[in-house]
Amino acid sequence: MPRADPAGMAQTLALDWLGDAPKDGRPKWDNKFQYFLSCLGFAVGLGNVWRFPYLCQTHGGGAFLLPYAVALVFEGIPLFLIELAVGQRLQRGSLGVWTAISPYLSGVGLGCLAVSFLVSLYYNTVLSWVLWYLLNSFQQPLPWSSCPLGLNRTGLEEECQGSSAVSYFWYRQTLNISADIRDSGSVQWRLLVCLAACWAVVYMCVIRGIETTGKAIYFTALFPYLVLTAFLVRGLTLPGAVHGLTYLFTPNMQTLQNPRVWLDAATQIFFSLSLAFGGHIAFASYNPPRNNCKRDAVAIALVNSLTSLYASITVFSVLGFKATNDHGQCLDRNILSLINEFDLPEQSISRDGYLAALAHLNTTQPERVARLSLKSCRLEDFLDKSAAGPGLAFIIFTEAVVHMPGAPAWAVLFFGMLFTLGLSSMFGNMEAVVAPLLDMGVVPRWVPKEALTGLACLVCFLLATCFTLQSGNYWLEIFDSFAASLSLIVLAFLEVVGVVYVYGMKRFCDDVKWMTGSRPGLYWRVCWTLVSPLLLLTVLVTYIAFLAQKPPSYRAWNPQYEWFPARQEKRYPGWVLAACALLSLLPTLCVLGAALAQLLAQRTRRWRPRDADTR
Amino acid sequence: MLWPLFLLVTAIHAELCQPDAENAFKVRLSIKTALGDKAYAWDINEEYLFRAMVAFSMRKVPKRETTEIAHVLLCNVTQRVSFWFVVTDPSKNHTLPAAEIQSAIRMNRNRINNAFSLSDQTLEFLKIPSTLAPPVDPSVPIWIIIFGVIFCIIIVATTLLILSGIWQSRRKNMEPSEMVDAEDKRENMITVENGIPCDSLDAKGGHINDAFMTEDERLTPL
Repeated sequence: MPRADPAGMAQTLALDWLGDAPKDGRPKWDNKFQYFLSCLGFAVGLGNVWRFPYLCQTHGGGAFLLPYAVALVFEGIPLFLIELAVGQRLQRGSLGVWTAISPYLSGVGLGCLAVSFLVSLYYNTVLSWVLWYLLNSFQQPLPWSSCPLGLNRTGLEEECQGSSAVSYFWYRQTLNISADIRDSGSVQWRLLVCLAACWAVVYMCVIRGIETTGKAIYFTALFPYLVLTAFLVRGLTLPGAVHGLTYLFTPNMQTLQNPRVWLDAATQIFFSLSLAFGGHIAFASYNPPRNNCKRDAVAIALVNSLTSLYASITVFSVLGFKATNDHGQCLDRNILSLINEFDLPEQSISRDGYLAALAHLNTTQPERVARLSLKSCRLEDFLDKSAAGPGLAFIIFTEAVVHMPGAPAWAVLFFGMLFTLGLSSMFGNMEAVVAPLLDMGVVPRWVPKEALTGLACLVCFLLATCFTLQSGNYWLEIFDSFAASLSLIVLAFLEVVGVVYVYGMKRFCDDVKWMTGSRPGLYWRVCWTLVSPLLLLTVLVTYIAFLAQKPPSYRAWNPQYEWFPARQEKRYPGWVLAACALLSLLPTLCVLGAALAQLLAQRTRRWRPRDADTR
Repeated sequence: MLWPLFLLVTAIHAELCQPDAENAFKVRLSIKTALGDKAYAWDINEEYLFRAMVAFSMRKVPKRETTEIAHVLLCNVTQRVSFWFVVTDPSKNHTLPAAEIQSAIRMNRNRINNAFSLSDQTLEFLKIPSTLAPPVDPSVPIWIIIFGVIFCIIIVATTLLILSGIWQSRRKNMEPSEMVDAEDKRENMITVENGIPCDSLDAKGGHINDAFMTEDERLTPL
């Protein structure tokens, strides 16, 4: 293996492309479409369905598309092209690539490995929840459509009645969540079993690297689009869908003045494209060196964003239906209270005539009306109810599905879609974990690849069992918030700076010209040298500022809470905060550690005699 | 002569059956919600049936087998439809205790519902909770069955993949590995000489160079 020397590497590769088989039997894609689908599947994940619609909704509807587009053009696409180009040119996974660019930057590869590993742990746990719901969807009526009976069978279960059937099913029958993060509780065997099944599925698909994921990706990457289309058609024909779409997409330009919106747009495009994980570098390294990666980068980024938009239209139409439904039920409850209290004939007050009747009764007998403590039913209140992440899928959407005709079928489709979305992202994550290990030569040659991937999956499964504890959901939120966010921004910043300033802009542009046939234009060069690093630095500083503003807290599900079913806000204990800090800083520490190690190695080499230097 | 007695009786009845009286229960029916178009109107005959059902329920209680329909009093019938009822003892002076009525109604709730084609939700006895029907619980939850099927498929597929991998690597090990690879590599590498790819020259097969004379023409014909 030639010494890390980019210029020399370019020479060797220039001869290699003349049809020589790769020296170490590097796997190759069967065809371009497989590579495209793999990158797309890695980028399109659960966040496209349950984070983007929430951001759109809370940050002024249609107005959010502006900062999103700006972030895509000036941050997302340039960074994406850097990853693809560097992987394809140097034909190595993330660790090999950064070691090749500069030995001091090898920590970036290690950091990417660490982040991918941490993300794999909790991402597959989310998939196990999806699997649990999927398995429970094959029955009519759906188990989350009604509350179970209480102990003496004269009423419904208290916790369920206080909140709602879907919340009860999620927090009690699925997670069996404890009221505090310090209270770990016991391992939930149902979740453990689902987690084992998920890791078994992941192992089955990544067992021989892209040889097997390449076949699986045809299904896992395309099935979600089919289901989204089916849901879109179904959603648009439901009553009240239009309310949802108009209310939630109407732009509110005032929100653009809030810096939080721009920060969220920048981080969303970043995580949406799965940058700085090392997965795209690994995927691109299996390409033939002469491949138009510029076109790939733009195409994949655009398709990813369009998928987010498509998914949000579907989600909003279903949410509009749900809000209309809830509004109608709220009105019906109030009407029933009035009729029962004043002994009016049945069905004498219609939904439209409710307000008139209420006003009339309020003027004639206000004390009796006040005693009823009627809740006000406004459609906007129901439309404003939003959630991101698991809350959207497991609470809001499940409730909406219950009211659709043919509910079990739609539930199966929905959770099947979420499962395949998450699975195709897991392929990229596992590739980002396994490929660097293979590159590093950690395992001897005679160990088959199946054994290495099996070991990786087993280790991840065993570590992830801590998420199946009763406090597991709280820990998962910690991982979600701290493990990836900060580190990825730091790693991406180092990537851009490393390629542009250490590898050399001119050399990189020459490489891109060699690979694609055309030199990167002004837009690319300006973004790479100036805009993207500045943007990333701003995002990093703002992110840390927002984090420091208020101490991190979590919201616990506590049936004893006086405002139940609202979630109780609690502070993290000290040792948990230490764990959060460790998680955020671990990849950055890898970078610094590797650079220091390299520095020490260089210094000791200078002290030793010259002939000891065999490399 | 009988008028004062009649007034006294109705007065006593009026006292016994009043909203929020002791041992009185409120009943609420939602006939239109339950039956829609087939809803019947609530009239005196329906009230008579109701009183009969309550009397029937009370007759099933030990020591109350002599309850008559006349002992069940209804009052305050509204358009909702809702009303209050009490059950008096044979002397018609005081009402029977609420606990007895409650247990009697609970025991025969199903029969009373069926008499009116209503259900627990549409024929409500306020303050008398009904025993809810237990949900249909299959012996093995459905999710376990489907999980078993999926897991078996995964195990079989993974085993097949591992076995095929072992079989492939064994096949590769049988052939002399290194030499073949190098030779293949050399053959696959397109060597270029003077701008012409060598494989077009095909050194192995040999080409007949038509510039030279052929075998036959060496010997001049006779």
